[in-house]
Amino acid sequence: MSKITSFADLKKKREELKSGLDIRIKAIDPENVVQVKVALATCGIASGAKTVMEFFLEQLERRNVAAVVTQTGCMGYCYAEPTIEVKLPGQDPVVFGFVDLKRADQIIEKYIKTGELVDGIIPVNYQTIDLNV
Amino acid sequence: MSKYSMHLLVCGGTSCHASESDAIVCNLRDELEAKGLMDSVQVILTGCFGFCEKGPIVKVMPDNTIYVKVKPEDAQTIVEEHVIKGRKVTRLLYKDPVSQEPVSDSKNMGFFKKQLRIVLRNCGFINPENIDEYIARDGYQALGKVLTEMTPEEVIKEVKDSGQRGRGGAGFSTGLKWELAHKNQSDEKYVVCNADEGDPGAFMDRSVLEGDPHSVLEAMVICGYSIGAGNGLIYIRAEYPLAIERLKIAINQAREYGLLGNDIFGTGFNFDIKLRYGAGAFVCGEETALIHSMEGLRGEPTVKPPFPAEAGYLNKPTNVNNVETFAAIPAIILKGAKWFASIGTERSKGTKVFALAGKINNVGLIEVPMGTTLREVIFEIGGGIRNGKKFKGIQTGGPSGGCLSEKHLDTPIDFDNLIAAGSIMGSGAMIVLDEDDCMVSMAKFFLEFTVEESCGKCAPCRIGNKRLHELLGQICEGKGSLEDLDRLKNMSLVIKDTALCGLGQTSPNPVLSMMDNYYDEYVAHVTDKKCPAGQCKSLMEYVVNAENCVGCTACARVCPVNAISGERKEVHLIDPSICIKCGACMEKCKFDAIFIR
Repeated sequence: MSKITSFADLKKKREELKSGLDIRIKAIDPENVVQVKVALATCGIASGAKTVMEFFLEQLERRNVAAVVTQTGCMGYCYAEPTIEVKLPGQDPVVFGFVDLKRADQIIEKYIKTGELVDGIIPVNYQTIDLNV
Repeated sequence: MSKYSMHLLVCGGTSCHASESDAIVCNLRDELEAKGLMDSVQVILTGCFGFCEKGPIVKVMPDNTIYVKVKPEDAQTIVEEHVIKGRKVTRLLYKDPVSQEPVSDSKNMGFFKKQLRIVLRNCGFINPENIDEYIARDGYQALGKVLTEMTPEEVIKEVKDSGQRGRGGAGFSTGLKWELAHKNQSDEKYVVCNADEGDPGAFMDRSVLEGDPHSVLEAMVICGYSIGAGNGLIYIRAEYPLAIERLKIAINQAREYGLLGNDIFGTGFNFDIKLRYGAGAFVCGEETALIHSMEGLRGEPTVKPPFPAEAGYLNKPTNVNNVETFAAIPAIILKGAKWFASIGTERSKGTKVFALAGKINNVGLIEVPMGTTLREVIFEIGGGIRNGKKFKGIQTGGPSGGCLSEKHLDTPIDFDNLIAAGSIMGSGAMIVLDEDDCMVSMAKFFLEFTVEESCGKCAPCRIGNKRLHELLGQICEGKGSLEDLDRLKNMSLVIKDTALCGLGQTSPNPVLSMMDNYYDEYVAHVTDKKCPAGQCKSLMEYVVNAENCVGCTACARVCPVNAISGERKEVHLIDPSICIKCGACMEKCKFDAIFIR
C-alpha cells in the first residue's frame, strides 16, 4: 500500500475508489457484476452467516455467475440473521433475511439468475446520511 | 431476466403473520391463478416492514403502493383493481395522519423515515476490513479537513456547537469535555475510547466497531489534534474478539496509508492508536476505573475531581469518549454543527443508537433522531411485542436505568425526558418486558448484576446492594412484608446518595422505578403472597382441575419428585408440600387439567 501523504492525495484516492477505477482492488467493474454482501457481525456469525458466505463464494463460481461476495457489518436486523444484501447490476439492492443454505440456493437460482424475487425480503426502513456535501 | 412484471410483497413479520398474512398470500395466488396471471405477477412473503400497527401490509412493486390493514378477502379487489385495471384501491391506502389524505407512494410515507443512520451510516454497507471502502464513503475526509483547514479551537467549537452529548450514558457535552482537556497544559495527553460496553442487552458499540471501525479511529485522531494529544488508546473488553480483530486490521491499514502515525497528510501531526483489553468488569465503563485498569491497577473508581481532563491516564490530561460519540464526529465535521443541531430535541441533539432486546419482535439495532417516542421505537420500528402479548414496561439504560411503563410510551426519548420519567438514557440498551415478566424478579435480576459487578470499594454499593438483593429475594419467596417495601425504598435512596461512583449511585434505579410504576405488584407479593405475572415459583401453586382431569396418569409419571397421586381414570392430586414447581406436569397434560394458582 502506498502512503496517503496529503489531503489532496486522499481526495484523489476517494474519487478513484468511488468510480471503481482502482484497478488494484477491483479487476472487474463492480457495476456489471452481481454484488453479494453478507452481514458478518457477531450476531450473524452466531447464526451461521459464515457458512452462508462460503456457500455463495463456492456456488457462484461453480454456477458461473460473475459476482463479488464481500462481508459487511451488522445491518441491524438481528432477529432475521443471517442477512445478506444482493445488488444486481443496475438495480436497487435487496436485503434477504433468515438466509439458510436452502434459501441461499433459491436466491442464486431465482433472484440472481433470473431476477425473480424469493421470500424473505427485508424492507428497508431507514434513511442514511450522505457525508459528501 | 425475470418474467414477472409486477410483484406483490406481503409482510410475513411475526405480527402480520398473526393477522393472517398467510391467508392473504394464498388468496392472492388463487386470484392470480384464476385470472391466468401467475406468470406475470409474483407474490412474495417478506420480513417485517416494521409497520405492524397498520398490518398486514401488502406492497405492490414497481409502483411502491402500500396497502394497509389488508384482509384475506381484499385479495380479489387488489388483483381485479390494481393488478388488472391499474387502479389503486383507495380504501386500503395508508392515510396521512395529519391531512387524512391517502398516500399512494410509500416513498412519501413519514413512517419509513423514522430511522436516520448517522453513527450506523456504514454498518452493514461497507466491508469493515477494507479501508478503501471506508474512504470511498468519504472516510478520513473529516480528518483531512480538520488537519489542513481548521485550528484545534475551531474543531472544538464545531463539536460544542453541534450540541452532541456523550453517548456512554451520562450525557456530558462532548465539545466541553474536549475543551477542558485542550486547556490543560501538558507534555503528553491521551485520547481514550471507551469500548467497555457491559450492560445486559447492549450491543451498540460492538456493532459499530465490527461494522465500521475506521469511523472511530478517524474521530480519535480528530480529537487528538483538538486537545493536543499524540496517543490514542481503545479500552475494549476481551469478550469482543471480532471487534478486536477488526480494530487491529483497521489500525494496521490506517498505518499503512499513513492515516495513523507520523506526519499525517504531511501536516506534521503525529497520532497513533493502541488497544487495551479489559477483563469485562462493568465498573470499568466508569472513566476513572477504566483509566486505572489501563494503568494495570485494580479497576476501581476514584473520586472526581480531579477529572481525567486534568489528571487521567498516567496522571496526564486524558479525554475519554464512548464509541458511539466518536463515530458521529466525522459526520459532524463534514456536515457541520448546524446540521447536527437541527436533528433531535431542544437539549439532546442528533441521533441515538438503541439495541432492542427482550420480548420484542424485531430484536436488533436501530438509530433514531432524539425525540422519537418509545411507542414509535417499540411498536413501529421494533414490530411490537412478541407472540401478541401485552406490553408491560421497557428498561432503558441497562442495570443503571429504570423501567418505564405504558404511561411513558409517548415520551419523546432524550437525556432529560428519560431522567424526568425516572430512568436514564444510559448507553442505549432497551429491554422490552411483557405481561409475563414479574417486576420484583426483574429488579432482582438487575440487582444481581450490580452486586456481582460492584468493585467493593465503597460500603453503600458493596453492602447496600447486597441487602437490596436479599430483600427482593425474600419478597419473591413470599417472605416479605409491607415494611420491607419501605425499607427497600429507603435503602435505595441512601445508596443513591452515598455511593462513590456512577455504578453504585444508579444501581437502585431499577428498584425505585419499578416500585414507582408497578407498586401494586410489589404489594401483591407481600400482602397476598401472589405473583401476578406468575413468575415467582414460591408464590405459585400447581393445581389439578378436577373437571378436565381424566386420570391418564401422564402427569404422575413425569413428575420428578412423585408429588402427584391418584388412581387410574380418577382425578389426580398434587401435593404442594412436595411439588418443586418445575411445570413438567402442566407441559405433559393433554387435557389442560393442570393450572397455576
